[in-house]
Amino acid sequence: MHPILKLLVQRIALSLLLLLAASAMIFIGTQILPGDVAQSILGQSATPESLANLRAELGLNEPALTRYFDWLFGALQGDLGTALTNGRDIADSLGVRLKNTMFLAFWAALISVPLAIFLGLLAVRYQNRWPDKLISAVTLTSISIPEFLIGYVLMYFISVKLGWFTSVSTIYDGMSLGEKLSAIALPVTVLTLVVLAHMMRMTRAAILNVMQSAYIETAELKGLSMFNIIRKHAFPNAIAPIVNVVMLNLAYLVVGVVVVEVVFVYPGMGQYLVDHVAKRDVPVVQACGLIFAAVYIGLNMVADIVSILANPRLRHPK
Amino acid sequence: MMNNELKHLAARVARKTVSRRDFLGRAGALGVSAVAANSLLADAVKAAGPNKGGHLVQGLGGGESTNTLDPALTASQVPFANLRHFGETLVGVSENGELTPRLAENIEASDDAKVWNFKIRKDVEFHNGKTMDANDVMRTMERHSNEDSKSGALGIMQGIESMKVDGDTFAVTLKSPNADLPYLLADYHLVIQPDGGFDNPGAGIGTGPYTVDVDEPGVRHVFKKNPNYWGGDVVNYDSAEVLVINDATARTAALQSGQVHMINRVEPKVAKLIDRAPGVSVKNVAGRGHYVFIMHCDTAPFDSNELRMALKYAINREEMVDKILRGYGTIGNDLPINAAYPLFDETIPQRKHSIEKAKEHYAKSGHDGSPIILRVADGAFPGAVDAGALFQESARAAGIPLEIKREPNDGYWSEVWNKQPFCASYWGGRPVQDQMYSTAYLSTADWNDTRFKNPEFDALLSKAKAELDEGKRKAIYSQMANILRDNGGLICPMFNDFVDAVSDKIAGYVLDPNAELSNGFAPVRTWFA
Repeated sequence: MHPILKLLVQRIALSLLLLLAASAMIFIGTQILPGDVAQSILGQSATPESLANLRAELGLNEPALTRYFDWLFGALQGDLGTALTNGRDIADSLGVRLKNTMFLAFWAALISVPLAIFLGLLAVRYQNRWPDKLISAVTLTSISIPEFLIGYVLMYFISVKLGWFTSVSTIYDGMSLGEKLSAIALPVTVLTLVVLAHMMRMTRAAILNVMQSAYIETAELKGLSMFNIIRKHAFPNAIAPIVNVVMLNLAYLVVGVVVVEVVFVYPGMGQYLVDHVAKRDVPVVQACGLIFAAVYIGLNMVADIVSILANPRLRHPK
Repeated sequence: MMNNELKHLAARVARKTVSRRDFLGRAGALGVSAVAANSLLADAVKAAGPNKGGHLVQGLGGGESTNTLDPALTASQVPFANLRHFGETLVGVSENGELTPRLAENIEASDDAKVWNFKIRKDVEFHNGKTMDANDVMRTMERHSNEDSKSGALGIMQGIESMKVDGDTFAVTLKSPNADLPYLLADYHLVIQPDGGFDNPGAGIGTGPYTVDVDEPGVRHVFKKNPNYWGGDVVNYDSAEVLVINDATARTAALQSGQVHMINRVEPKVAKLIDRAPGVSVKNVAGRGHYVFIMHCDTAPFDSNELRMALKYAINREEMVDKILRGYGTIGNDLPINAAYPLFDETIPQRKHSIEKAKEHYAKSGHDGSPIILRVADGAFPGAVDAGALFQESARAAGIPLEIKREPNDGYWSEVWNKQPFCASYWGGRPVQDQMYSTAYLSTADWNDTRFKNPEFDALLSKAKAELDEGKRKAIYSQMANILRDNGGLICPMFNDFVDAVSDKIAGYVLDPNAELSNGFAPVRTWFA
């Protein structure tokens, strides 16, 4: 077997194993949370009788292991069950939320990734001169401010004072693409500001690292322009660390944006998950956890594979 | 009962052809009280005024993706608001605390207040086209009271011995007399559903003034005006939307930027700023909700009444209302009852902050000086952690070693409240004194969260239930209040206002102490100015 193929198969198998382990961790996590589902659903106004009735109805008296395996085999067949709290089909409700989360992440990534890489290249081109310093200062400032604060500031000036975009980013079926994009303008801006610095700094550092190499000096001596050197010689060799950090940020855009969702009232998966954790709705929490884990593991796997493929020593073994 | 001449005059005042002063003078001459005349006038202005049409958007906190339209499981603000749109109860409670007929057009009680007859309104149609009858009412009450019930109203249904339907009359027989039964049946959970909602409790089919159009839990709920509403053309909007905005700052921004027309739960610390902002105004009304610290009377060291009294004197109520509620509230008197309740005795002396008395009672209690642990979480009530810190300071001044233990919000109601001997808590209040006392201060109550067991108090409570003479009942309630105030495990520093904010585009807003946003009826009572 070609060593690359072998590495790829290994990676994928490892990822699947990791996913299984993650599902077990999620389950254990939900079990050790204080309080139980019935109490959380009925809240303060629960009587012992109504609690006992609800608990029996929800099947909470079964042993934990049985519940876990029932759910796992169901999930493998695409059946995520129904929410304990409101009896809705989890796959249906989750599908809508996942679509929304992907929609927001897609547009944030579409703007932030090219912008970050472009700014990184620009910073290298003008290393230690004012454009480099300006780019670093602005992006590092924006990553250092908590995202909810950036959200509130944008909301106050752009939405309340200027009225350009809405501060309530609720999207639903029946809105045109234009309306949806206008609704998510502010959260996309916030997310872009939050993820920009990390990717930009990594691009800059990785390329600068390569720029120290002897072959770059050779290229310079050949008389190539600075931009061509970066594009043709430095960037391809710096791609592995850049892809890694891009994937990490993409994963963040999918799984880590609950604060932005809450601030802008965006119906994504983060808020959906938090609501169900608060009510101890175990099947939903597990379904969300599994999807988040799959996204994280999948994107990291892609990053690994790209790094492997980008490494000539692995592509052309002796 | 309604005087035709007055009605006619009121309509002319509304059209501004008769002055308000002339109208009130004429009403006085006809022997109508000023209060009744004013409410007549308000009705007339309403009848002449409302604009029709438009889409109302309410930005509400207190909604989750886990919500359902099942009235039995309603426990937070957004599901409550949803019920008010599509559902209706047998009777309602007006903003003045009076019973108003809704799906029951007439209520009669036997002389001993044990048997109650509700005459059910005819020609009321559910949103699915079925005509509502007394059977639907009985099935609804069954679903909330049978042994499989998970209803939040289960507790108040337990006093019912039997129910029956006789033509268009729904009859309830109680185990023991209860003069307040209609108030209990006004509970917001008890929305009448077709066949009691047994088939599909979360279907969102009711008899209310709006029908359910879109139901996305935790995101938004959209309602359309019900063209077949029995009450006629009372709704002024074409459609109404509940947009779930749980973040307080986002809610405020949405109101200020005009994306929503009204919001609930304005934080007291920003309420004054919002009231000064252009285009919006804050609507606050003193309610029956109260923020409390509760001690278990049967657990050491709180089993000593001297220690309980020491803590009651050690708390500074004015400071709490000032700093925690920013003035949007009133001071409490270690009672769950205030002047917002009917038959409240306002002559009960107000307990005041007194370091000397606290010291005195503390010395008498003989407490060994070990720290007294008070558990708090911001989930108990907004500002509970800060309130705990204030309490600790004022107790320190009296030499009482209070230790604050901060608990997570998550699981607070299941792990701390009603389990730990001393913690912060919140009560939403009930429409009548009897219900409040029966829910939490009767020895045998499920939610007796102060473990207050006083046979004399219990006996007085059942005596009051059977007493149809209001003067005598008021005297009994006063006696009970004094027992609880001087012996109970309740430290009640403050009653909080409902603080909402409404855009200036909205007219007809009515302050209602029963619940937030005009008792949830804002989408029915208001219109676009």
